Amino acid sequence: MQELESFRAEVRQWLEANCPASQRQPITPQEQYWGGRRGRFSSEDARLWYERMRDKGWIAPEWPIEYGGGGLSDRQSRVIRQEMKRINARAPLYGIGLWMLGPALLEYGNAAQKQQHIPAIINGETRWAQGYSEPGAGSDLASLQCKAEDRGDHFLVNGSKIWTTAADKCDWIFCLVRTKPDGKKQEGISFLLIDMDDPGVSTTPIALISGESEFCQTFFDNVKVPRENLVGELNKGWSVAKALLVHERKLMAEMGSDSPRKIVAPNEAARTYLEFDNGRIADAQLRSDLVDYDMQMHAIALTHFRGFEEKSSGVSSPAALVMKYLGTEAEKTKCELLLAILGSRGLGWEGEGFTPEELDTLRLWAMSKAMTIAGGSSEIQLNVIAKKVLGLPQPAEV
Amino acid sequence: MPLVLNEEQRLLRDTARDFLASHAPVSALRKLRDERNPLGYEPQLWRQMAELGWASIILPEQYGGLDFGFLGLGLVMEECGRTLVASPLFASAVVGASALLLGGSSAQQVALLPKIAAGELTLALALEEYHHHRPTRIATTAVREGDDFLLNGSKTFVVDGHSADLLIVVARSAGEESGPEGLSLFLVERKLAGVSCRRTLMADSRNAADLQLDNVRVGAHQMLGEEGNGWAILAPVLDRGRVAIAAEMMGCALEAFERTVAYLKERRQFGAPIGSFQALQHRAAQMQADIELCRSVLLQALSVVDEKPGQLPILASLAKAKLNELVKRVTNEAVQMHGGIGVTDALDIGFFLKRARVTMQLFGDTGFHKDRYATLCGY
Repeated sequence: MQELESFRAEVRQWLEANCPASQRQPITPQEQYWGGRRGRFSSEDARLWYERMRDKGWIAPEWPIEYGGGGLSDRQSRVIRQEMKRINARAPLYGIGLWMLGPALLEYGNAAQKQQHIPAIINGETRWAQGYSEPGAGSDLASLQCKAEDRGDHFLVNGSKIWTTAADKCDWIFCLVRTKPDGKKQEGISFLLIDMDDPGVSTTPIALISGESEFCQTFFDNVKVPRENLVGELNKGWSVAKALLVHERKLMAEMGSDSPRKIVAPNEAARTYLEFDNGRIADAQLRSDLVDYDMQMHAIALTHFRGFEEKSSGVSSPAALVMKYLGTEAEKTKCELLLAILGSRGLGWEGEGFTPEELDTLRLWAMSKAMTIAGGSSEIQLNVIAKKVLGLPQPAEV
Repeated sequence: MPLVLNEEQRLLRDTARDFLASHAPVSALRKLRDERNPLGYEPQLWRQMAELGWASIILPEQYGGLDFGFLGLGLVMEECGRTLVASPLFASAVVGASALLLGGSSAQQVALLPKIAAGELTLALALEEYHHHRPTRIATTAVREGDDFLLNGSKTFVVDGHSADLLIVVARSAGEESGPEGLSLFLVERKLAGVSCRRTLMADSRNAADLQLDNVRVGAHQMLGEEGNGWAILAPVLDRGRVAIAAEMMGCALEAFERTVAYLKERRQFGAPIGSFQALQHRAAQMQADIELCRSVLLQALSVVDEKPGQLPILASLAKAKLNELVKRVTNEAVQMHGGIGVTDALDIGFFLKRARVTMQLFGDTGFHKDRYATLCGY
């Protein structure tokens, strides 16, 4: 504990000296640096901040030093994140390579794959997309049909992937592909890394109810993928996929408490948009909804903390398995609550008559509907809890 | 506050679980109910609990206490919730001991705490006067007469009110009828002249009573804390009580839930275990998620009692409100998922359902604590 506290003092001092003032402001989506060939820094300060963090090894503090990480413990990494949060320091680099593929590759990739891809993530050279879902394989992910034929030195890939986040801006995509057509559906899946510049790969954005199109559909038409891009064993990709999903769900569970976008907290919005009577919100229903939400978030924050402490102490607990469900449901509740608090001011779609924050609230509300669908829907999460935590018997497959 | 139990704490919990499973299963409460036991608990069991040190967990060693901290007391309360143990633990070792610890003069502490620690002296807090928890709505009067005070008024829902040796009476020595100013606390022997007591048989078959105080004369030295400033003691005592009862509710909810999940695996309908049906799986999984949240809230609330008492008010209200909701949901689902057998007296589930309803009212219902949480958040 003593050691951790002196580490904290060092971190605090370093951040103080190295994080530019402009990088301690809430970040807009346009200002985020996602790396890759199309990655752009929003300012010289953003570049400086990223480079300093990269050189310090703190882009991924818990990854091994040999791949550009910091080689630090989970507790030390948490200290860095806590201290960054304390001064509102921006994340220097965003991306699912950093959040999801990197940890999975460190666990399942071979030495050459790690050497090729992990430093490239930290160095901002590669932006990754995720190719899991297909038009016919959503919640029933294991029924995926995107086919990879074994041609000896390469695989020939045909099919498509949907909900490939920002795939039109990405360089590489990691995909679940079918390498064995018969037998148990989970046992014929492999995990492939595909260069999106390869001939036969194309991507189309999908317009969403939020008016944005951050999700895409990616098509594979006779794409030749070198054999060395297979992660893990042939037909054993489902294990890699599940490990990666754990990182995805953890990330989504924490989005509410650590949102990359600036969104006002409901209790702050209440001060601006609601009438008060003797220090109390006059609308009894909204006051009740707000306190329900605040108490739930308080409990969720404590449970995140407990989950981390248990993991660090080697105690097994079901806490981690319930957090994606709880966190994303809370995020949806928050957006509904904000709309209710803003009243008609929360309904502006675009143009004049509304503040940018008001317009943003509505767009985020629409986007929040995807939170409980992506990364395993809430219903799938409940299935997982029923099976893994409660040990309830599995329903007959239909 | 790491929210993970250390080895000593786990040992205390496991010891409590083993002891209660063999010495005080739910059937012990059933027996007390069926024989209409006049005391409402087994003195022999309480002696054994005291020998294990449970009556003195939060008391300093100089008074014969274990000085183990409030979290330890919470762990024992939780285990007591699992088997619905009828005992003076809550009223004496949590509420009574806390009141003396926080507000007693050194003479009162020296005289009383060792007896509480040994389980020889039991206490009861005579607070409520209304059918909802309104801790500052006190009409019972304390009027000074020379060196004495004369107490008049009536109290209801006094836990252990008919069995405790010593009452802590909340009375008004000054101020408006519904404010915290002007409240004073008095230590009153239950058998003192003018105190009359009527045991009330409640849904949970546990101990509660209505009290009548008619010109009860107590010496000024029987006052706990300062005259008119009783709220300074009562407020933290109530918060400790809320957290401790929340711990008992956790045990009650967990036991009802685990028994229900076991039943889902065993009961077959339509040729399959009913636990394979998604309609039931999802409701069970949602309860598990709520349990995880409540576990974190409870551990934090128990920890701040000793470590960060400034955070106790908001965490006590969070814990009590969250556990109120959890125990209501879980006990209702426990009955529903057991089906027909769930509404029979032969099955223990009904005992959990009924105890849950009493604990939900004790020291503040859900609405009370949500309102308090919102007020503490500034809205």
